[in-house]
Amino acid sequence: MANQEAPRKGFADALIRLGEKHDNLVVLDADCAKSNMTNLYKNRFPDRFFNIGISECDLVGTAAGMAVAGKVPFANAYANFLTGRAFDQMRISVCYSNNNVKIVGHNAGTSAAQEGATHLPLEDISLMRSLPRMTVIVPADAVEMEKAVEAAYYHEGPIYLRVGKLPVPIVTKKEEPFKIGKAIKYREGADITIISTGIMLDESLKAVAELEKQGVSAELLHIHTIKPIDKEAIIASAAKTKHVITVEEHSIIGGLGSAVAEVLSEHQPAKLRRIGTNDRFGVSGKMDELLDLFELRAHRIVSTANELLGHRVTS
Amino acid sequence: MDFSKEKSEFYNNLTKTIRRHIVKMTNHAGSGHPGGSLSATELLSVLFFEHMNVDSNNPDWQDRDCFFLSKGHCTPVFYSVLAEKGFFPVDELMTFRDVDGRLHGHPCGEHIPGVDISSGSLGQGLSVANGVGLIAKLDGSNRRSYCMIGDGELQEGQVWEAAMTSAQYNLDNVCAIIDWNKIQLDDFVENVKGVKNLGDKFRAFGWHVVEIDGHDINAVNEAYKEAKRTKGRPTAILAHTVKGKGVSFMEDTHDWHGMAPNDEQLETALKELA
Repeated sequence: MANQEAPRKGFADALIRLGEKHDNLVVLDADCAKSNMTNLYKNRFPDRFFNIGISECDLVGTAAGMAVAGKVPFANAYANFLTGRAFDQMRISVCYSNNNVKIVGHNAGTSAAQEGATHLPLEDISLMRSLPRMTVIVPADAVEMEKAVEAAYYHEGPIYLRVGKLPVPIVTKKEEPFKIGKAIKYREGADITIISTGIMLDESLKAVAELEKQGVSAELLHIHTIKPIDKEAIIASAAKTKHVITVEEHSIIGGLGSAVAEVLSEHQPAKLRRIGTNDRFGVSGKMDELLDLFELRAHRIVSTANELLGHRVTS
Repeated sequence: MDFSKEKSEFYNNLTKTIRRHIVKMTNHAGSGHPGGSLSATELLSVLFFEHMNVDSNNPDWQDRDCFFLSKGHCTPVFYSVLAEKGFFPVDELMTFRDVDGRLHGHPCGEHIPGVDISSGSLGQGLSVANGVGLIAKLDGSNRRSYCMIGDGELQEGQVWEAAMTSAQYNLDNVCAIIDWNKIQLDDFVENVKGVKNLGDKFRAFGWHVVEIDGHDINAVNEAYKEAKRTKGRPTAILAHTVKGKGVSFMEDTHDWHGMAPNDEQLETALKELA
């Protein structure tokens, strides 16, 4: 079994490393520092950490003011409260004002687990993707998270970064280059393209291996930047395989699946299936149980691929 | 101490000039918000010409004081003060709300010199002002952060979230100016969702409160000085004002919250403001 690590740990480690190099990096949290691991930054740089309290709108507005004053603020809160409640503050005080604020949505996807529906963000990517100027990054694991945090710091402009709480397998490699807006091809294939984002890279890799056993040559694109999306990579792959499946730990409405559908329908029509949560709320459960419940699993990707390719499903 | 005779004369002329800009700009656009602009004219004039440490030739210099217009619809007065202060040409005021101009209906922080944040969705300014105040403290800078809020705007919950933050962090470099003109879009504030005992409200939130006549330039000037002198907590200047002040038919009514004068009404207004 692969090594596991919580994405939030990768986030916190990278933040501290950057904080050592750059004294203009400030961190804000909405009273979730322990859970979001921003308390590690607080312990290291107490002057450059601000607990703004349980007030996400105020958090984002305060971060915007800090950007006006020349700092690079990382504003942290649980993803659903942050993107739902403070959407308007991101729209006006951050994006329309073009302020260099990094918005960090924690407890992403199924990692909110037993907290249940109120805490399970399954719509955050959709909301953030709609904001002009917002860049949306959804890393696959703790290793890629570290690279994403670094890229976010050096990127000039608003960013939404999605961070999971619970340990997930490390499937990316340290030496793999990370460039905002650039998809990473994990497998070359000819019959079908699987496009994953976030932690779904793990299940997608398993699915590709299983498909290979069944004689299906699947190409795997990992999209860590949902906006701006790597159109060229999607178009090139779809032109070759003519069949595409998207996989995300998020609603199929407005997230990766929608973004890919938009690219395909305009530039390279292909047969498409979107795997994600289907217009529903979450429930309480262990993360693994939720991934099973939502069928965000390799077997679903495999059966969807066979169905899309018109193969008789064998299992 | 009161302004000298010359200074008083200067402000008398300046505020009349700004009020003429306000009615002309809204007439030019055929839309806009004259009422809450006319009520804030003395407050913004004295702030920018007496207290704000800014440089119109270098609007983004690092240690400048910041001003955030949280009641973002009152661009007619804000743009007029910025233009008179030299941030952009006064002639440009007559491009207000034009599709090919930059003086949009609500301020755009990215494009207009002297505007530090976009606003227009009410309730957001004080949080932003706190952000500047917190960083000034962190950097050991003496810069100050001002925010103008409408009295109706106080119905937005974020204002009170931010008011708690200012007090929690002892942001004595933050000054909130409440343009207390008693009227909002639909009706009198007290008929919608009242903000009675406003001084008590801010004091209960840990603020120093100064209550003044917002059209008395000496009182306005003294209030800003008192805010600068006040240490250890933020100051709220509660300025009693008259919506539509200076144009008789616009005064004290919600009709002119968001309506532009036609040519005939403009002529009457300009006569009153001569």
